[in-house]
Amino acid sequence: MAVTGGVLVLYLVLHMVGNLKIFYGAEDFNHYSHWLRTLGEPAVPYRTVLTAIEVVLALSIVLHMWSAISLGKRAAHARPVKYKSKKKSHAQGYAVHTMRYGGIVIALYVIWHLLDMTFLVVNPKGRDATPYERVIADFQPSHWYITLFYIVAVLLVGLHLRHGVWSAMQTLGLRSPRNDRALRALAATIGAVVALGFISVPVSVTFGWVG
Amino acid sequence: MTYDSFYKSGGPIADAKAPAGPVEDRWTTRKFQAKLVNPANKRKKKIIIIGTGLAGGSAGATLGEAGYHVIQFCFQDSPRRAHSIAAQGGINAAKNYRNDGDSVHRLFYDTVKGGDFRARESNVHRLAEISTQIIDQCVAQGVPFAREYGGLLDNRSFGGTQVSRTFYARGQTGQQLLLGAYQALMRQVDAGNVELHARHEMLDLIIEDGRARGVVVRDLISGEITSYTADAVVLASGGYGNVYFLSTNAMGSNVTASWRAHRHGAYFGNPCYTQIHPTCIPVSGDHQSKLTLMSESLRNDGRVWVPKQRGDTRKPADIPEDERDYYLERIYPSFGNLVPRDIASRAAKNVCDEGRGVGPGGLGVYLDFADAIERLGLKAVEAKYGNLFEMYERITGENPYEMPMRIYPAVHYTMGGLWVDYDLESTIPGLFVIGEANFSDHGANRLGASALMQGLADGYFVLPTTVGNYLAENNLGEVGEQPVAEAEQRVKDQIDRLLSVDGDRSVDSFHRELGHIMWEYCGMERTEEGLRKALDLIPALRKEFWERVKVTGKGEELNQQLEKAGRVADFLELAELMVIDALHRAESCGGHFRAESQDEDGEAKRDDVNFAYVAAWEWAGEDKQPVLHKEALEFEYVKPSQRSYK
Amino acid sequence: MKLKLRVWRQNGPKDKGKMVEYKLDDISPDASFLEMLDVLNEELIAKGEEPVAFDHDCREGICGMCSLVINGTPHGPEKMTTTCQLHMRKFKDGETIDVEPWRAKAFPVVKDLVVDRSAFDDIIAAGGYITAPTGTAPEAHATPVPKPDADKAFEAAECIGCGACVAACPNGSASLFLGAKVSHLGLMPQGQPERWDRVVNMLEAHDDAGFGGCTNTGECTAACPKGISQDFISRLNSDYLKATAGGKKK
Repeated sequence: MAVTGGVLVLYLVLHMVGNLKIFYGAEDFNHYSHWLRTLGEPAVPYRTVLTAIEVVLALSIVLHMWSAISLGKRAAHARPVKYKSKKKSHAQGYAVHTMRYGGIVIALYVIWHLLDMTFLVVNPKGRDATPYERVIADFQPSHWYITLFYIVAVLLVGLHLRHGVWSAMQTLGLRSPRNDRALRALAATIGAVVALGFISVPVSVTFGWVG
Repeated sequence: MTYDSFYKSGGPIADAKAPAGPVEDRWTTRKFQAKLVNPANKRKKKIIIIGTGLAGGSAGATLGEAGYHVIQFCFQDSPRRAHSIAAQGGINAAKNYRNDGDSVHRLFYDTVKGGDFRARESNVHRLAEISTQIIDQCVAQGVPFAREYGGLLDNRSFGGTQVSRTFYARGQTGQQLLLGAYQALMRQVDAGNVELHARHEMLDLIIEDGRARGVVVRDLISGEITSYTADAVVLASGGYGNVYFLSTNAMGSNVTASWRAHRHGAYFGNPCYTQIHPTCIPVSGDHQSKLTLMSESLRNDGRVWVPKQRGDTRKPADIPEDERDYYLERIYPSFGNLVPRDIASRAAKNVCDEGRGVGPGGLGVYLDFADAIERLGLKAVEAKYGNLFEMYERITGENPYEMPMRIYPAVHYTMGGLWVDYDLESTIPGLFVIGEANFSDHGANRLGASALMQGLADGYFVLPTTVGNYLAENNLGEVGEQPVAEAEQRVKDQIDRLLSVDGDRSVDSFHRELGHIMWEYCGMERTEEGLRKALDLIPALRKEFWERVKVTGKGEELNQQLEKAGRVADFLELAELMVIDALHRAESCGGHFRAESQDEDGEAKRDDVNFAYVAAWEWAGEDKQPVLHKEALEFEYVKPSQRSYK
Repeated sequence: MKLKLRVWRQNGPKDKGKMVEYKLDDISPDASFLEMLDVLNEELIAKGEEPVAFDHDCREGICGMCSLVINGTPHGPEKMTTTCQLHMRKFKDGETIDVEPWRAKAFPVVKDLVVDRSAFDDIIAAGGYITAPTGTAPEAHATPVPKPDADKAFEAAECIGCGACVAACPNGSASLFLGAKVSHLGLMPQGQPERWDRVVNMLEAHDDAGFGGCTNTGECTAACPKGISQDFISRLNSDYLKATAGGKKK
């Protein structure tokens, strides 16, 4: 979980930084989108690097989910009889309780997001538009439910990172009493920055600050 | 004065195993004289061990490692839970790391003197010699003892000794030492050398041709009765403080293994010697099931007092200084609040008997830290005693930083136990008894931090030599069917008998009543009159037990009532022997204070002319008078003197 | 105090079991939780019913034998406190209290509130020791141990093996128990020679026993009556990775 999670965190940060290009205008954003596909040219053919990244990502997501599912299965196996009374949680932090359902929501969102932006099958603008137009179309006030879904998913991503980054360090045995505070702060910062960075785009579109 | 109507006199008994010669050479001599078992034959020799505390756990680990086939039992769900785990203070060893004048001889001297000259010099000297090896052994196992900044082991002074020889691991020394032994034991379990049976209770001894050859146990989960045979049997089943119902012992601690052996001919040594610890949390009501010890170290800074006025119900803070009686400081000006355990306990009882006790039922005295907080500051007191204060608050709901603690003495340890010779072998050949279960090393009073030392000395170092000698000397064949069948039948009969009474009183109600009788008449202060009264009450209660006890459930299942009932039945027999022992010993010594034997200041008066012996009691049969055998005690090295703490 | 109890009753390992309600009318707030159950049992015996079976021994918070999930929390509502040291003054008059056994596949219910925790012994037997046969030990002062290491090792060694960590863990993992022992021994110089074998063997025993995996929720530490830190799980993970991926285990 920790290793694949790490790959995904790195990707999310880059993805978010890329998204922010939208504030530089349509040309910059579309250009960035094109640059991603031509990255590595002419040394390698069109879309090689991006495809490689996509493969690593897909693999990471699958392994991440597979780990989560097997941990969940193992947990169910480890406690075949449940408690009758509602079990109270005493662990610190809210984020830790969002990991499982949050993960599922995020996974569903990623599927929709791929259909929307990569395979272009559910996007209001579809194939004929530029990436910039597609984004703008998605987050129009009339499509408020898309925006809402996006924001909920991204907030969950933030929470996921809030616990996940710290947890990954714990799993890898890199957390110690000495670096604990720093790690918690780092995890909180990454979670918050990623969530806010992603959310800034649809909010700006909805309120007409961009587009 | 004679109490011959309560007991019969038997012939003298002597420890035939301690070699002659200078006391410091005896253990070396004995080790050399001891016969060895051929390593190739060890695997064929089976040893049964009952109990997995410090003594049993260390013995099992050591004998398993040596190559014997060990079969070990404990009634708890894991060997790690034996009550040694609750020992707080520390473990003594004559390492002299402080260069403060300690030595094997000084530890020997202190222990004999502290035991009020009722222990064997040979045994105590061996204990002092081995003490240093114990520390080495435990450190090698990874026991996290307290250390100084230089990385070396820290020591503290404990229990009124003038040297710092106590090794400790915060307030959980017993836990850490026991886990060390437990881990070593589990290693042998994994290696297949020790066959471990948790949640099994020994209910009888199998004897063939006069030798201990096995045990009958009850599987506490299924209720199944099974027999195990062996070449030797070791009892490491702990003390019998629970005869008082309320004690600092664990709820399950019991005398059954020892008592069953006693009924088969193992003599019981000095049963009346019990240690009452002065600093326990007082009883809060009828629901009370056990008493909790507060570390003795609290007396280093706390001041003990009661109101001068009888029946003073004011809050402690409202009682002005000149209406308080700091009685320990008043009576014992030179030792003050730090007098030994037995003296502090008795003094508390005396002021409460005068009607000056505090708290519910008037059974408590104040242990006040107000002065210490003023003198050292709240921070310093918190650093020293914070965890103890928390524990106190958890149990009583009172904040000891704001109001004085209430404390009262409670039964803590039993110095008496099955009689053993220098080899730790009882009067039944092949039956060895180690740890608190035997009577050997503490005389009439145990010093602080010496119980852990004795348990581990017996298990790690003494028993492996002496049991080896026994096995080398005796090549025993298989046990016949008859003694096994007979023992099993006895166990089944006893269980049937308990279940068939089907009366109307719970086991606990009998246990409570017995505890009350023992505490009242055979507790901190014993009188002829009170003991005689107890001798009427106990047999009557026992009779009632067998007529009215209600044991629910069946024998063939997990049945905690049945477990308790069997233990209480044995306590009801032991109690009588304790009282007889206390009655016959018309002197005061150590934990045994006879009101008739005190000097004009109320201090214990020992009678070395008439009582310098170990009382070893032989079972004569149900409702028959026990037979007293005396083992004379001689003191060549530490000359008896009267203790004085004034 | 008046109380309504809902207690898990189960005749034996194969019985299905159910929650059974009992009313208690006169409980002292100074009684401990187990003493309250003693009172219940006395009343049941007087009525000729089977008393409730539960594990307990020292009743001073150190043997680790008492268990009980009280109102959904192992060892009940008070932090850093075992059930035996929990007192009724922590509950409200008239309160309904649920009492259940530890729930884990590796801790099967034996009867009522009693579970079998021998899986913990198996984990220790797999490597939770330092091999030091009696009599072979060098002089205690031959190996100084830095005080911070000794103190840290002690904090790990405080574990009482009660199993509350497993009972509290949403995954039914015993990582805290395991991490505490691996850390205690791994922090001492005496524990170094077997350090890498130990962690691998103990973890295997843990997994074989049917405990779940750790997802770092922190419920274990919160429930631990000794407050054993999650730091020791990080240490466990670190040692395991060094032993396996790092190739330290020969």
